[in-house]
Amino acid sequence: MKRPQPYLDPYLAGVGIGLVLLSAYVVAGRGLGASGAFASVVAASTAAVRGTEVAASSPATAPYLVDGIASPLGDWLVLELIGVIAGGFLSAWFAGRTRRGIEHGPSIGARQRLYAAVAGGIVMGFGAKLARGCTSGQALTGGALLSAGSWIFIAACFASGYALAPLARRLWR
Amino acid sequence: MNAPFGETGALGPSAVLWLAPIIGFAFGWFLERGGLGNARKLAGQFYLTDLTVFKVMFSALLTAMLGAYWLDQFGLLDLQLVYLPETFVAPQAVGGVLFGAGFLVSGLCPGTSCVAAASGRLDGLAVVGGMLAGVFAFNLAFGWIEAFYDSTALGAVTLTDLAGVPRGVGVAVVTVLALGGFALAARIERRVK
Repeated sequence: MKRPQPYLDPYLAGVGIGLVLLSAYVVAGRGLGASGAFASVVAASTAAVRGTEVAASSPATAPYLVDGIASPLGDWLVLELIGVIAGGFLSAWFAGRTRRGIEHGPSIGARQRLYAAVAGGIVMGFGAKLARGCTSGQALTGGALLSAGSWIFIAACFASGYALAPLARRLWR
Repeated sequence: MNAPFGETGALGPSAVLWLAPIIGFAFGWFLERGGLGNARKLAGQFYLTDLTVFKVMFSALLTAMLGAYWLDQFGLLDLQLVYLPETFVAPQAVGGVLFGAGFLVSGLCPGTSCVAAASGRLDGLAVVGGMLAGVFAFNLAFGWIEAFYDSTALGAVTLTDLAGVPRGVGVAVVTVLALGGFALAARIERRVK
């Protein structure tokens, strides 16, 4: 098997992402996002399972319907996230990093890692909805525009991560 | 040539929609290139054993902030027309705390979980599934948390609006802080080695 290529220098990767974000401002007048696309998918699923009227009548899902219709493919963030998946896959492919596997710390097994991943994902999904965005939509996009709420989010997110890190040590160390 | 093109009419709505996957593709590409599809690298940020998250995030923020500021100064981009997320102090602080906890435990964030899943990592897929469940749980609970969700609203404001100083001051302060952070990161790495 081919050895995976080393990663790009993080500062170069960061400048690349910064230029991508800048081009999103210039082209679309908006930035990047990820959790918003998840919210769109959930709203569309709700509309599919329980009917469009239910999704349109709840203030939690209504903003994600385009003209009252649940069409995630008409949503900028969903299309952008499909691109993220394709770009992530091809980058990994060309670098020899595509590999079916589970990344976990040395003190836990694959099964525990998957439980932690689901549990962490649930809390993160809830938190991203409450904060109206995630590391992409709030921290990067709003942060670079100096949005006050985005910087509150950045500070709270890292403070929480560092404060809880000793408790989660067994997951990663 | 006035930007943002989608807002000034230089590009139609469908053209802007077509560009979304291309912009996303480049975002996903650089995330993966930088190593952000690997949960262990991301989690290392919280134990100061791998500072990739900080370096990528703040060099990206710095690049976009300086680019947007100077394009606006030269009249090429109207920052008034770029969507500024609204500020809701309390829900964003509490949301950030929950998000940070989830980030630590899952080792990935929403965008990077997709990159991890796309490169074959099942833990990335598990985070994606968890996130969808978390968003669904939020929607179910929305009736109870709606009042809090809409509380402490300040509107679309920047830090420099709140401080009553010109935008350039904020840009300069963030630049100095980020460069200081990069120097600190280099020191931490030397000490860990």
